[in-house]
Amino acid sequence: MSDSAAEQKGMASKAHAEVHSDEEATLEGKSYRLKIFRGDAEGGKEVEYEIEAIEGMVVLDAVLKIQAEQANDLAVRWNCKAAHCGSCSAEINGRPKLLCKTRVEEYEGQEIRVHPIRAFPVIKDLVSDVSWNYGVSAQIQPFTTSEQAPFTMYEEDVERLYEPKKCIECFMCQDVCHVLRTHHKHPEFAGPRFFVRSQWLEMHPKDEGNRLQFLKEGRGGVQLCNITKCCSEVCPVGIHITDNSIIPLKERVADEYYDPAKWLMRKIRGRRNGSSNGNGGTRSTHARAGIRTNG
Amino acid sequence: MDANGHANGSSPHEVREHDVLIIGAGGAGLRAAVAATERGLSVGVVTKSLLGKAHTVMAEGGIAASLGNVDPADGWQTHFKDTLKSGKFINNWRMAELFSKEAPDRVYELEQWGALFNRTAEGKISQRPFGAHTYRRLCHVGDRTGLELIRTMQEKVLATDTQVYMETAVTKLFKNSEGRVVGALAYTRETGKFIHFKTKAVVLATGGWGRIYKVTSNSWEGTGDGAVLAYDAGAELVDMEMVQFHPTGMVWPPGVRGLLVTEGVRGEGGLLRNSKGERYMERYDKERMELSSRDVVARANYTEVQEGRGSPHGGVFLDITHLGYRGIMKKLPTMHEQFLKLADIDISKEPMEVFPTIHYTMGGVKVDPETCATNVPGLFAAGEVAGGLHGANRLGGNSLSDLLVFGRRAGMGAAEYVKSNGYSTEIREEELNAEKKRVMAPLEKREGENPYKIQQELQETMMEHANLMRNEDSLKEGLGKVLALKDRLPNIGVGGSTLFNPGWHTAQDVRHLIQISEIIIRCALERTERRGAQWRLDYDGPDEELGRVNLISKKDQQGEVGIEKREIPPMPEHLAKLFEEGE
Amino acid sequence: MAYGDIARSTTGVLRRLPWWTGPIAVTAALVGFGIYVFVTVMLFDRGEYENYLSPFYSPPVGGESFLPAWLSPAIFILWLPLGFRATCYYYRKAYYRAFFWDPPACSSKAQQRELRGPEHYRGETALFVWNNIHRYFMYGSFVLLVFLTIDTVRAFLPEGSFGITLGSLIFLVNVSLLWTYSLSCHSLRHVIGGSVDCYSCVKGGNARRKAYNWLSVLNRQHALWAWLSLFSLLITDVYIRLLLAGVITDFRLV
Ligand SMILES: Cc1cc2nc3c(=O)[nH]c(=O)nc-3n(C[C@H](O)[C@H](O)[C@H](O)COP(=O)(O)OP(=O)(O)OC[C@H]3O[C@@H](n4cnc5c(N)ncnc54)[C@H](O)[C@@H]3O)c2cc1C
Ligand code: SF4
Ligand code: SF4
Ligand code: FES
Ligand code: FES
Repeated sequence: MSDSAAEQKGMASKAHAEVHSDEEATLEGKSYRLKIFRGDAEGGKEVEYEIEAIEGMVVLDAVLKIQAEQANDLAVRWNCKAAHCGSCSAEINGRPKLLCKTRVEEYEGQEIRVHPIRAFPVIKDLVSDVSWNYGVSAQIQPFTTSEQAPFTMYEEDVERLYEPKKCIECFMCQDVCHVLRTHHKHPEFAGPRFFVRSQWLEMHPKDEGNRLQFLKEGRGGVQLCNITKCCSEVCPVGIHITDNSIIPLKERVADEYYDPAKWLMRKIRGRRNGSSNGNGGTRSTHARAGIRTNG
Repeated sequence: MDANGHANGSSPHEVREHDVLIIGAGGAGLRAAVAATERGLSVGVVTKSLLGKAHTVMAEGGIAASLGNVDPADGWQTHFKDTLKSGKFINNWRMAELFSKEAPDRVYELEQWGALFNRTAEGKISQRPFGAHTYRRLCHVGDRTGLELIRTMQEKVLATDTQVYMETAVTKLFKNSEGRVVGALAYTRETGKFIHFKTKAVVLATGGWGRIYKVTSNSWEGTGDGAVLAYDAGAELVDMEMVQFHPTGMVWPPGVRGLLVTEGVRGEGGLLRNSKGERYMERYDKERMELSSRDVVARANYTEVQEGRGSPHGGVFLDITHLGYRGIMKKLPTMHEQFLKLADIDISKEPMEVFPTIHYTMGGVKVDPETCATNVPGLFAAGEVAGGLHGANRLGGNSLSDLLVFGRRAGMGAAEYVKSNGYSTEIREEELNAEKKRVMAPLEKREGENPYKIQQELQETMMEHANLMRNEDSLKEGLGKVLALKDRLPNIGVGGSTLFNPGWHTAQDVRHLIQISEIIIRCALERTERRGAQWRLDYDGPDEELGRVNLISKKDQQGEVGIEKREIPPMPEHLAKLFEEGE
Repeated sequence: MAYGDIARSTTGVLRRLPWWTGPIAVTAALVGFGIYVFVTVMLFDRGEYENYLSPFYSPPVGGESFLPAWLSPAIFILWLPLGFRATCYYYRKAYYRAFFWDPPACSSKAQQRELRGPEHYRGETALFVWNNIHRYFMYGSFVLLVFLTIDTVRAFLPEGSFGITLGSLIFLVNVSLLWTYSLSCHSLRHVIGGSVDCYSCVKGGNARRKAYNWLSVLNRQHALWAWLSLFSLLITDVYIRLLLAGVITDFRLV
């Protein structure tokens, strides 16, 4: 079918003629070399693989090609191949990247070293155990409202919530955050991903929950973040994590805990918390889902 | 709940007990989990990926429900009619009725749980037009509606005491001596450890099987496990020949071939053109043009390319440049990013190149509309794995609401069933051991055929012989190839250990792929007509006889695929009337 | 999208620099500025030249006779802008990275160089919890800005009537940058709109929303304003010092 198309188009499309044939568009004679971490919790080493180069290849394509042709048991996570699901996070040359969104050409002339994300325990090869994150998520008070949908909510009131809602849970921000990665504060720090979630919950016009105590005193640990913005640099969907999620939360925490004027006002008005939804800081206790990955 | 199985000479296993086991954590599985948990049952959810990564997360366009926020004339009746018309009347009309009536409630329920949709000026949920929907009906948030849906459901589930087993794959369902489904065997992808789930009911929500084709918008998960689990357990499958080709998948670069270009692009006014610059849709559907139903647009695109009016990379052009950069960033930001990053194309300046890609499977496990029960006691199914609602062609956006409507019904149905039945969940030890042995076989064999290779050959075969346009000779040839591949299954061998070993996992999946492909081809041979997604070149048009039947496939006595043509019961008066009025 | 292209190619170049160039450059700039301020304030008790008042010395307070002569009036003023900047979210990022190497940069290699071990890392819970008073510095800074604005108007009035000089233009640029920097403050953004969950539910909500959106645009470049306004302060003071020292004479345009 495609051949006839090419014929009709004549010489003009010559340059592309071979591409649209069902055969893959291998770049004649060109190959890529990738060094991939192979190993498990006990340790491991980089193994070098060489593959045929294909036009427009992303690193995930390369890894899957290696998996299909040279190392069937090479462990890697992926689902959508379109930067929608956040499964394929790994570190390329020491920086977290979505493998499906990173073109191999970007590293022309450089080494390509692919490692699993390191803020969490490595299971095998490019796969780390990220189940910790789901445990944290379960501890955040979910969306809570006494109103009944359908809600009347205006675009103007919710437009700033679309940004945090874009999160695809790739956990690359968690990986690059030094509080988790170098200081291992996992038990007392929720990490940027969950500040993003807390922020939209706190700013949602209909939400009546209050997560400030969780953030400041509970295991949220927002004060442990020193706003150094590594998370914002890696977010694949462009969430300005520090500026638009963490700092606004820090400001709300400051309202609640560090602002003498606000404190006085609350005393006078007899309210216990300063968030404009103010329902007196009640935090519903809720059951948590059990999350397991390892058997 | 924890108990350790005994070694018994084979690999050890763990035992987990739940009232209801839900297989799949897409929209359907999670909604079912919420429904069953709310009724006070102990619920386990297993998923092959991490939580929140199922296909549902990739849905872009929106969720169809006749809220009538933008077009007040809309109502369930119109939604019902659109669904049946597009399904070429082989849909299960009762499912379609429940579906169109309940979809609005399910959307509002999402909002109640924290989902955020784009708003209208009046502060209501905004709705966009979509192919073959009479009114503007798709609730959406930009082009990441599925993400919103699954994240909302995921957070809802995390706030309950549902137990989630991530990266765990079920390989078999067990039945007790009464023939009820009472358990399942699963392995964890991480370590390869076996888990025997003892459960009083099982809900299948495993999604579709788009992975049987080479050019697909589906992920590695779409291997049809659920349909095969059900089939092996004796359940009936319906209209398996119906596979949806989405008209617009990416064509270049090769690595992303098949990746979805959301129908939202056409919904927002995207125009299809061929290499001559013609808006050729006027030759295929003058009235609805680009927003015709998917089967029609897909065939149009296919034909244009085949007749030599294709784009440089063998597709057609889809142009949304008139929306401008700002409009695109507001309505289709993900698409903009996807093309810019992966194909170096700025869709606000240049048209996209697109070609049909395999997208959705209308066929599936036959279920009772009210409870989602299958014909096997204790087995329920919902979501893409279930069949019947969409008939011969699914409308865009109807899947997401399907997941919620029938996910909920399946959860409730299973809960009802569990509460009203008392029986043993014991199974024979030999059966368990035999299954474990079967699963371990490729690892024990070590040297053998590469499972990826077999998968690839299958995908190419299906591409070649069971594509968008079919004929008898080609289908028969394809069947021969599939059966030959089936014979090679025992030769598969993989290296490595049980520790996160994708080769081993693929060896399991490929069996499902082959089984499903066989069923699809056999059904496609039976339906000798052109109807929706089933387009037989060797037959002229729709066949009246065949228009009144569903093709039911079921494992027969000999363990082969048995196919029965089953009469569709006549539509009751109150539904039939709807079609008279409108026309 | 030409801007995007430029940004991309500059980040491309920047990315190729070794990771430690960032923290070192920031350290050098901040230390340099600190030294300059310290030295000038110690050496000179006056920052006034004709109708120009150096921003370091505005508004002119102190100088009471009972105070020791070495105490420059600038001391009474400077704590405010310095405190404002020291508790600013952007400068916090800059000095945590540059001075404390917490972390110096984001790559895995850089993070391994972090000085503080996990046992000692406290983030903003211990000493740095004081940074939460930033909003009060912000309020104070706006008072100061009013004075600086008046100074700028005076700069346009050499000998009592309107005139434009190079000095007045420097004043104008400086005060504009200071306004932009202060308006782009995160705390201000919070006070104006960030603290409101539902604009359509509160009085004056629409105005606050518009202001918030507008401040958010400025806020996106907060770091840029922080640096530019720092340099403009420096240049303004240097300009006045040079005039005072008679090294240059003011250049009159109109
Ligand atoms: C790219 C794309 C875009 C789409 N856009 C839209 C849209 O805009 N609107 C719309 O209505 N529909 C859309 N669809 C269709 C819709 O998203 C899917 O049909 C729907 O998400 C299927 O949901 P599900 O819950 O049935 O299954 P899935 O979401 O596919 O989930 C299946 C689950 O089952 C699990 N599973 C499978 N096998 C096993 C096993 N053996 N053991 C354990 N777990 C197992 C998987 O891990 C997964 O969790 C789109 C689909 C795709 C692929
Ligand atoms: S800004 Fe805070 S959360 Fe983000 S990486 Fe830095 S310390 Fe971590
Ligand atoms: S906030 Fe961004 S980086 Fe973090 S998990 Fe979400 S998408 Fe990934
Ligand atoms: S595979 Fe989904 S984000 Fe990469
Ligand atoms: S945040 Fe920088 S000035 Fe307030």
